[in-house]
Amino acid sequence: MTNELILGDEAAALGAVHAGISAGYSYPGTPASEVMEFLVKISKKNGFHAHWCVNEKVAYEEALGVSFAGKRSIVSMKHVGLNVAADPFMNSSITRINGGLVVLVADDPGMHSSQNEQDTRYYAQFAQTICLEPSSHQEAYDMTRKAFDLSESFHIPVVIRMVTRLAHSRGRVKGAPRREKNKAHRAASQDWTLLPLNARRRFAALVEKQPMLLKFSQGSPFNSLNLNSKNNKLGIVASGIGYNYVMESARDLSPAPSVLKICTYPLPRSLIKELMEHVDDILVVEEGYPFVEHSIKGLFGIKGKNISGKLSRALPMTGELNPDTVRKAMNLEPLEIRKSVKDWIPARPPQLCKGCPHIDTFDALNKALRDYPKAVVFSDIGCYTLGALPPYHAVDTCVCMGASVSMSKGGAEAGIYPSVGVIGDSTFIHSGITPLLDAVSSDRDMTVIILDNSTVAMTGGQPTMASGDKLENIVRGLGVDLRHIRRINPLKKHLDENIHVIREEIEHQGLSVIIALRPCIQETRRRKKEKKK
Amino acid sequence: MKQDIVLAGVGGQGILTIAYIIDNTAQRSGLQFKQVEVHGMAQRGGAVVSHVRLSDQAIFSDLIPKGAADLILSVEPLEALRYIDFLAPEGTVVTSINPYDNIPDYPDIIKVRDAVKEISRHVFVDSGELSGEAGSSKSQNMVMLGAASRFLVLKEKVLLESIEELFKVKGDQVIDINKKAFRLGKKAAENSK
Repeated sequence: MTNELILGDEAAALGAVHAGISAGYSYPGTPASEVMEFLVKISKKNGFHAHWCVNEKVAYEEALGVSFAGKRSIVSMKHVGLNVAADPFMNSSITRINGGLVVLVADDPGMHSSQNEQDTRYYAQFAQTICLEPSSHQEAYDMTRKAFDLSESFHIPVVIRMVTRLAHSRGRVKGAPRREKNKAHRAASQDWTLLPLNARRRFAALVEKQPMLLKFSQGSPFNSLNLNSKNNKLGIVASGIGYNYVMESARDLSPAPSVLKICTYPLPRSLIKELMEHVDDILVVEEGYPFVEHSIKGLFGIKGKNISGKLSRALPMTGELNPDTVRKAMNLEPLEIRKSVKDWIPARPPQLCKGCPHIDTFDALNKALRDYPKAVVFSDIGCYTLGALPPYHAVDTCVCMGASVSMSKGGAEAGIYPSVGVIGDSTFIHSGITPLLDAVSSDRDMTVIILDNSTVAMTGGQPTMASGDKLENIVRGLGVDLRHIRRINPLKKHLDENIHVIREEIEHQGLSVIIALRPCIQETRRRKKEKKK
Repeated sequence: MKQDIVLAGVGGQGILTIAYIIDNTAQRSGLQFKQVEVHGMAQRGGAVVSHVRLSDQAIFSDLIPKGAADLILSVEPLEALRYIDFLAPEGTVVTSINPYDNIPDYPDIIKVRDAVKEISRHVFVDSGELSGEAGSSKSQNMVMLGAASRFLVLKEKVLLESIEELFKVKGDQVIDINKKAFRLGKKAAENSK
């Protein structure tokens, strides 16, 4: 295979393709979107299914169906996507995975494009499965490939934990020959029907597997231990890309520290023990939560050993690692930084594009709410979350996918008036339909505005499942009073009309849904370009 | 041999295109490289930065340490200043003089340019004018890449090959505009000092 110049996400995707997948599923989310973008691009030529799904739970379950049939599949998502898919994830580890199932989850330490920085390694531990954490493009490729073998030999879903800096770093990968896809060989029903009778047996089987998983981890070539016989003082445990930051500065340390690189979980206990016996001080460098550090230290620490890392505040507990913070934790002097740094450089935060339909909707909404000082606008995940920033100050919340609808119902029930929910078309399809059905059942006095821009805009314009009439038909089908399903065209020239519609529906004592329909400006450009081709 | 480059600008100015051309050129030249970029929310009209690391040896960190960048290449002067703490003591700044004013508190442009001038090794290029001369305002990024080319460890010939390769799908006219932009930028940088 040739040398490929690709993103970390793409390296993992390529590993899956070469491992012989029959299918890949995902829902867009930074920093994981490029996994499926890549799979979609090459799926036809390589003869496998690659689909954007309505949400991560559905994506996971589709992959699970492929596994049941005996074929290999990958499901990819951002870290918070695994919350949505947690139900199938946790339960699938109890089934007897048949065709290899790999769950690629991209964490976002530093919250570049996310609402939290949760660490997927806890989920892998929770499900008692294997997690592989690449530190380079080559490892992203190799580990994803290997993950399918592990999944098939241990009959468990295997997690690949990526982080933003690797997901969106471009580098080089050497591929190995692609292997054949599995032939269909369906699983046994009793291993997949999690009635208590079967589930108890399956859960016991999962627990019984644990020593084998540990044995795999302890013997895996993805980990490495370099003991320096001349340095019994400092040892560094570095996991994932933490290893890169350690090695960036390690050459400046004299004598060189002993370094244990950890890229597989369950934690390779024997290697940690070997390092512990060799040194007095241990520094743990890991991206995300202090997972390794906490595991080593336990509640009370280890007598005679000084263990430092995030818990000891040698490294920050929040945010992303970088070569500078890790250098400092290694007790090295910082590099010389020039004095001419200015403190007056204003921030340049992301913003809605010129001509974005959300701008006109927010303008109309703000003006409509002017006479209602107690109004609360519950919002959601998407470009329109930027409506929280100046100059709009149009929304009051952003918590998780679909929460705008459910929170506005809860808000209304707690006496908030007007209680408004603002949600994009794709987010509505992802997680807004079920709470809207809930609101219909009690005809709660609230107003939901669906911003239908006909695309998944924030993550780069992936296809949306329902827009325009199709979206409106879903809303109708849920049973919303037809007189209170309104459509507006968010354009400056319709401003007065749109304010009027929003006011009317706020005044209506019951549930209203307003659909603000105008395609994303970026998407319109992309479509024009494609037409030209 | 190593070269660490901070690429800067505003979302939409083609920073990732510059990065992609440098990556490809490094690949063709047999160098090791790592390059981090910004996707998702941060890309929408906000500050965009990319770290590019080139070396003939293994590269560990994807991010450049503060105080280690050999070059800051910016398509916007305020954005050049944003990452000054990454610049090594002997490092160079190559920046456009043209402000991209999409924020309410953009500082006085004279003040911005004066701050760049405090860096002993700096090159200003009027990418706005030169891209117009090349035939498209969209080619400002290639003007800046051309201007920075003489500081790069990459050969001009191979850079131009990468440009040609990247824009091939868009036709000969786009290739010519971008190559011309590159050459105009290079000439301007050579004449600036």
